Amino acid sequence: MPKDGGIGASSKRREDVRFLTGAGNYTDDINIRGQAHVYFLRSDIAHGTITSINTSAAEAMPGVVKVFTGVDFEAVGGMPCGWQVTDRHGQPMQEPRHPILAHGKVRHVGEPIAAVVAETLEQARDAAEAIELDIAELPAVIDMKAAVSADAPKVHEDLTSNLCYDWGFVEENKAATEEAFAKASHVTTLELVNNRLVANPMEPRVAVGDYARGTDDSTLYTTSQNPHVIRLLMGAFVLGIPEHKLRVVAPDVGGGFGTKIFHYQEEAFCTFAAKACNRPVKWTSSRTEAFMSDAHGRDHVTRIELALDGDNNFTALRTETYANMGAYLSTFAPSVPTWLHGTLMAGNYKTPLIYVNVKAVFTNTVPVDAYRGAGRPEATFQLERVIDKAARELGVDPIALRRQNFVTEFPYATPVAVEYDTGDYVATMDKLEEMADLSGFDARRQASEAKGKWRGLGVNCYIEACGIAPSNLVGQLGARAGLYESATVRVNATGGLVVMTGSHSHGQGHETSFAQVVADMIGIDENMVEIVHGDTANAPMGMGTYGSRSLAVGGSAMVRATEKIIAKAKKIASHLLEASEGDIELKDGAFSVAGTDKSVAWGDVTLAAYVPHNYPLEEIEPGLEETAFYDPSNFTYPAGAYACEVEVDPDTGKVTIERFTAVDDFGNVVNPMIVTGQVHGGLAQGIGQALLENCAYDENGQLLSASYMDYAMPRADDLPMFGVDHSCQTPCTHNPLGVKGCGEAGAIGSPPSVVNAVVDALQSGGKDVTHIDMPLTPARVWAAMQ
Amino acid sequence: MYDFDVEMPTSVAEAVAALSQEDAQALGGGQTLIPTLKQRLASPSVLVSLNGIAEMKGVCIGEDGQLCVGGATSHAVVAKDAAAHFAGLAELASHIGDPAVRNRGTIGGSLANNDPSACYPAAALGSGATIVTNARSIAADDFFQGMFTTALDEGEIITEVRFPIPQAANYQKFLQPASRFALVGVFVAKFADGVRVAVTGASNDGVFRWTEAETALGSDFSAGAVDGLTVSGDDMISDLHGTGAYRAHLVGVMTKRAVAAAG
Ligand SMILES: Cc1cc2nc3c(=O)[nH]c(=O)nc-3n(C[C@H](O)[C@H](O)[C@H](O)COP(=O)(O)OP(=O)(O)OC[C@H]3O[C@@H](n4cnc5c(N)ncnc54)[C@H](O)[C@@H]3O)c2cc1C
Repeated sequence: MPKDGGIGASSKRREDVRFLTGAGNYTDDINIRGQAHVYFLRSDIAHGTITSINTSAAEAMPGVVKVFTGVDFEAVGGMPCGWQVTDRHGQPMQEPRHPILAHGKVRHVGEPIAAVVAETLEQARDAAEAIELDIAELPAVIDMKAAVSADAPKVHEDLTSNLCYDWGFVEENKAATEEAFAKASHVTTLELVNNRLVANPMEPRVAVGDYARGTDDSTLYTTSQNPHVIRLLMGAFVLGIPEHKLRVVAPDVGGGFGTKIFHYQEEAFCTFAAKACNRPVKWTSSRTEAFMSDAHGRDHVTRIELALDGDNNFTALRTETYANMGAYLSTFAPSVPTWLHGTLMAGNYKTPLIYVNVKAVFTNTVPVDAYRGAGRPEATFQLERVIDKAARELGVDPIALRRQNFVTEFPYATPVAVEYDTGDYVATMDKLEEMADLSGFDARRQASEAKGKWRGLGVNCYIEACGIAPSNLVGQLGARAGLYESATVRVNATGGLVVMTGSHSHGQGHETSFAQVVADMIGIDENMVEIVHGDTANAPMGMGTYGSRSLAVGGSAMVRATEKIIAKAKKIASHLLEASEGDIELKDGAFSVAGTDKSVAWGDVTLAAYVPHNYPLEEIEPGLEETAFYDPSNFTYPAGAYACEVEVDPDTGKVTIERFTAVDDFGNVVNPMIVTGQVHGGLAQGIGQALLENCAYDENGQLLSASYMDYAMPRADDLPMFGVDHSCQTPCTHNPLGVKGCGEAGAIGSPPSVVNAVVDALQSGGKDVTHIDMPLTPARVWAAMQ
Repeated sequence: MYDFDVEMPTSVAEAVAALSQEDAQALGGGQTLIPTLKQRLASPSVLVSLNGIAEMKGVCIGEDGQLCVGGATSHAVVAKDAAAHFAGLAELASHIGDPAVRNRGTIGGSLANNDPSACYPAAALGSGATIVTNARSIAADDFFQGMFTTALDEGEIITEVRFPIPQAANYQKFLQPASRFALVGVFVAKFADGVRVAVTGASNDGVFRWTEAETALGSDFSAGAVDGLTVSGDDMISDLHGTGAYRAHLVGVMTKRAVAAAG
């Protein structure tokens, strides 16, 4: 029975009313009296030495307030990196300085060189054109393998090479893994590219810096997924502003997908310039700027090998990956190809030995960092592609090969350091086979062939680590932050609640689903609970939203805080009811004495807390407000099985997705409709990566796909109707809600099934194609067929 | 954008006069020009909007039986009003861009711009249209002179496009996945005295006629007639979305499909 409220109900997203009626309050909607505008002069050269820069003509232009260049930022810190990776030899990664404005050199197209603050944006832009700039071009390094060759030009001359780190995981398993390969009865090898992507949230980045001279307080309004993290990084590491003098507000944010996690130069610039100019300074990214300044995603080149014994059991796995860092280290970039990738290489399988080698490389390209899935899509793609290839080589059914190697007993400690708490991969695969009607595939293939189309079926599994993360563990792994989450629950006298959470919602629907949880715990109407987030001035220190962590970690903090509220409310109720505290029960928003008909309503208790006339003041304080911080004891492990059916047009190579089925185990589900929506969005992005999206550079470092004329975003008619199921539920064992997280699954799980399906279709058409690199554009598929 | 003035003449004569000012430029639907201005890639002093000129708008049948489309007629109007007379053209117009683009963009702007991936040039060349300007009439065969280049003189305005109505015609557009312009588009038109085949999206020289296919189809108007015919990919566009060889291959495929669809 579908519920109509609380946990498990498909409550409509309350935030959509304002989003869909133009009543949202996005950062660009914020205009402060006296505000000036900044335009960044960006490099159109990928690599070069700034030989001269003269701003005097620009300064004399109409409306110009001030012109800034790299020298103005010599005294402040560079952009910080939040994760230090230690390499195979125990050495820390190479960490270059990342200036706010380029100083001395430019290292990628789009790097800001100068900033003009003026009365209007057009005036700032006019003046930027008057800046006299000379750059002596240097050879650019774009290709990762070329970048690590001995004679490659160096992106950073003060580093020993373009290699950021050479990471081995688990280094102690290397020899044993090699031995297992030597003994294998079959080895399948695959070289593949995980294509570079641009996140393209609907709302581009915006920053508004404000400074109050009277109090020396700085405020930054920004399009961020984690305002507290920005406050900490920018305040402590870049500008030297203590947190109590710095407020960061991330109001309504129109999509993030990871790219709005990171601290960007423009944020630091606007905060700095607001003080320097003593007036608010606003920057709104154009779409063109977004393409060349938002952190990009993915961009791995991998060779993966899978060893099998004579019975087709996986015996070992090894990979060598080149991961592009771009020209500088974005905030969490080093963690993505390492701890968010290597730890997931076991997938859903009980492969006993795994060795992952990752070489992170600097190139003259935009920095690369986490993008929906972050490391886990890369892991899933390699693994699920190599398994499919192995099945084809061995002539066995790809589903049977997977089933045979599934992890079936939990908890399961993988050879790559993580322990899966629960899961049931057989159940999700069973459900997939049924929902996707795999037994009907042959008939559908024949129908396609009758139309002159080749039909293919691709299946894959995935696992991800979400709910990041235990702080003590990630600290050991190099994180320069904790990964707990916080919530303050404030109950008002008349019974309504405000929950201030460190999680941030930028499309995920927290304002609805978080309210459902609290309302359910107390037994009151959802509309009595308001979720507030995005402002360091009112929410407790939180780490923000990414890695499908909000409900698992932020929701858990909220549950803990609400439990404290309930415990205190019971004390008050026991006083009002003149009963012993242990006998008080809370149900449907009323406190009653067990076994009696005596009860007192939620609102009477909250009123008593704030109007404590009849109140045990000697025992407890008045008021009803509690805060909790929750630090998870493990990751959560959502997993699932996906099936994709495609048709390939043999004349043109065009792929169309005919059916797509996603069966996910997210543990418990709070709002099934929102979860379905999250899966839909993830699938669209994963299919976008598989078929359409490609961020390409030429050999000189010019961005070839720098607008929607060349960067293909998925559109509604590129996608089929999705079949989505999340009824297979193995609740997480270590968080109070038993939830695992659903935000990234679709993007992680879908690319391999698409590629598997296209390879299957080509094989059915008699083409001996074993792999095509994403995106599978018509041109690439056709070329593979020739 | 740089600063500019805007003028809204109501007759072709006024527009021509306005365009004689230094650095003046015609503004059709602005679907190409406005993004160019936003990127500061052009700096006209005056934009002369053609949208208020009634004599340049609308679709009609001329005395000679040709379909006349005013130079400032939007794609949406062509899609609707040409459908009864020249379905192949209306169908083409209905697949240009999205509704906003179709409601603003004009046939005159599209032909004057002569984007190598645009759709209208294929229709104009493929049906042997006449491009009428304030000064003269230009046969489509003489009008298109390579990527973004036409026979138009400075300040010359396309006031009308006259299309002979074919017995059968069809346009097949293979979408460039990002822009959804034509990666390759082929317009095939069958007339009593022969067949015309015009290809857009493919060549470095812009829209062109595939004369070999025209000859073959002239004697046998069937998809099979194109079998075995190939165009060379050597001078074709090679970019992120396809090599010259791929485009050359698509020319054959799209031509066959257009012939089959034209019936
Ligand atoms: C998102 C998008 C998608 C698109 N998709 C397609 C597509 O699939 N296929 C396609 O073919 N096109 C497509 N276009 C282009 C569209 O068709 C435009 O209409 C066309 O490029 C220009 O027409 P316009 O009227 O907007 O001209 P404008 O942008 O106003 O002008 C373009 C040029 O033509 C000149 N000009 C304008 N009118 C005249 C005239 N009457 N006489 C002489 N010169 C004139 C201008 O001075 C300017 O140099 C797309 C555009 C956009 C923005």
